[in-house]
Amino acid sequence: MASIADADFAYIVREIRARTGLAIDTSKAHVVESKIAPIARREGLLSVQELASTVSARREDRLIEAIADALIDKETQFFRDRSPFAYFRRTMAPELLSRRPEGQRLRIWSAGCSTGQEAFSLAMTGEDMKADGKHIEIEIVATDISTAVLEKARSGVYNQFDVQRGLPIRSLIQHFEKIGDLWRVNDRVRARVKFEKRNLLADPSSLGQFDIIFCRNVLSSLEPATAERVLDNICDRLAPDGYIVFGAHELIESSRITQATIHGGVYTFDNDVPAGAQAA
Amino acid sequence: MKSCLVVDDSRVIRKVARRILENLAFETEEAEDGLVALARCRKQMPDAVLLDWNMPVLTGIEFLRQLRREPGGERPVVVFCTTENDVDHISEAIRAGADEYMMKPFDSEILQSKFIEAGLI
Repeated sequence: MASIADADFAYIVREIRARTGLAIDTSKAHVVESKIAPIARREGLLSVQELASTVSARREDRLIEAIADALIDKETQFFRDRSPFAYFRRTMAPELLSRRPEGQRLRIWSAGCSTGQEAFSLAMTGEDMKADGKHIEIEIVATDISTAVLEKARSGVYNQFDVQRGLPIRSLIQHFEKIGDLWRVNDRVRARVKFEKRNLLADPSSLGQFDIIFCRNVLSSLEPATAERVLDNICDRLAPDGYIVFGAHELIESSRITQATIHGGVYTFDNDVPAGAQAA
Repeated sequence: MKSCLVVDDSRVIRKVARRILENLAFETEEAEDGLVALARCRKQMPDAVLLDWNMPVLTGIEFLRQLRREPGGERPVVVFCTTENDVDHISEAIRAGADEYMMKPFDSEILQSKFIEAGLI
């Protein structure tokens, strides 16, 4: 198979990096080619080479965005890695609620939410805690750069394969309704989550402050310098005694968060927190 | 090593399930209907049962109800594995004492995920 011309490939990599911060291994042009091949077909172009030369000649935003979309890792599942959700229920939520005025909502940000499973897993956990008699109200803001994943997330509709990965059967029965062969998250759970299209490179201050931020498997996909900037922006949005959760296998280093992982990918935020306010 | 009894009237499904389970380090036994499965359990209770619904002689749900009444029959973790995928069937299975529920078609990832949910892995 012929490869994308070097100049066209360089242009695409430059544009994607500038727009998304995504780290692209330039030695793996064939990986990029296989991921963007469906776009070439959809556009009625003969090959990925033609797509690349078209993009680089016309500089069309729409096509660049479609390519970025194809290159972003969308892998997610309900209750992925399990332990952060157990820790949320057992420790993070009760502890934060005890420190907040009664009746105040816990605000959670699912940053890089992909198709919404993480946000809905948190919303379901909140509903389960309520069913257990806990006084908890949560508000989840879930953001992603990709229009395609947000569309699926907003619909709350998943196929049989999606709902069998990580989701206990009792949660499926409790929080979903069946529509034909598909399953939709029920209205009560969907009402807890607000999805918003957002680029993590942009200033997130209009989102307000959060008690907990889930930003899992996002930073490790970015260029290191960009990841640092994004992490900085995210930390600015976190309450002084808040929690930040990364992917279970991500190693995150920043002077703004405590270095010790307290549970799976859960880190405490270390921005002038009184010593007693941190989780043990 | 944990043991799992695979109960399904399809030899193909039993073979597929067996291969996946053995990769997950389970010792497996097979039964082609609920009655054979019940006899196996009376001899020795397995740690887990992977259970089809529609089978001749004794169906999965009938087997499960009887199993839970047997001495020691509360112990095996029972995971349904069936083409029945509506809310009524799932609810009925849970009420009868199923621990997890898997809808066919399944693959090794789904089986593993369900066994983790059920606390078997």
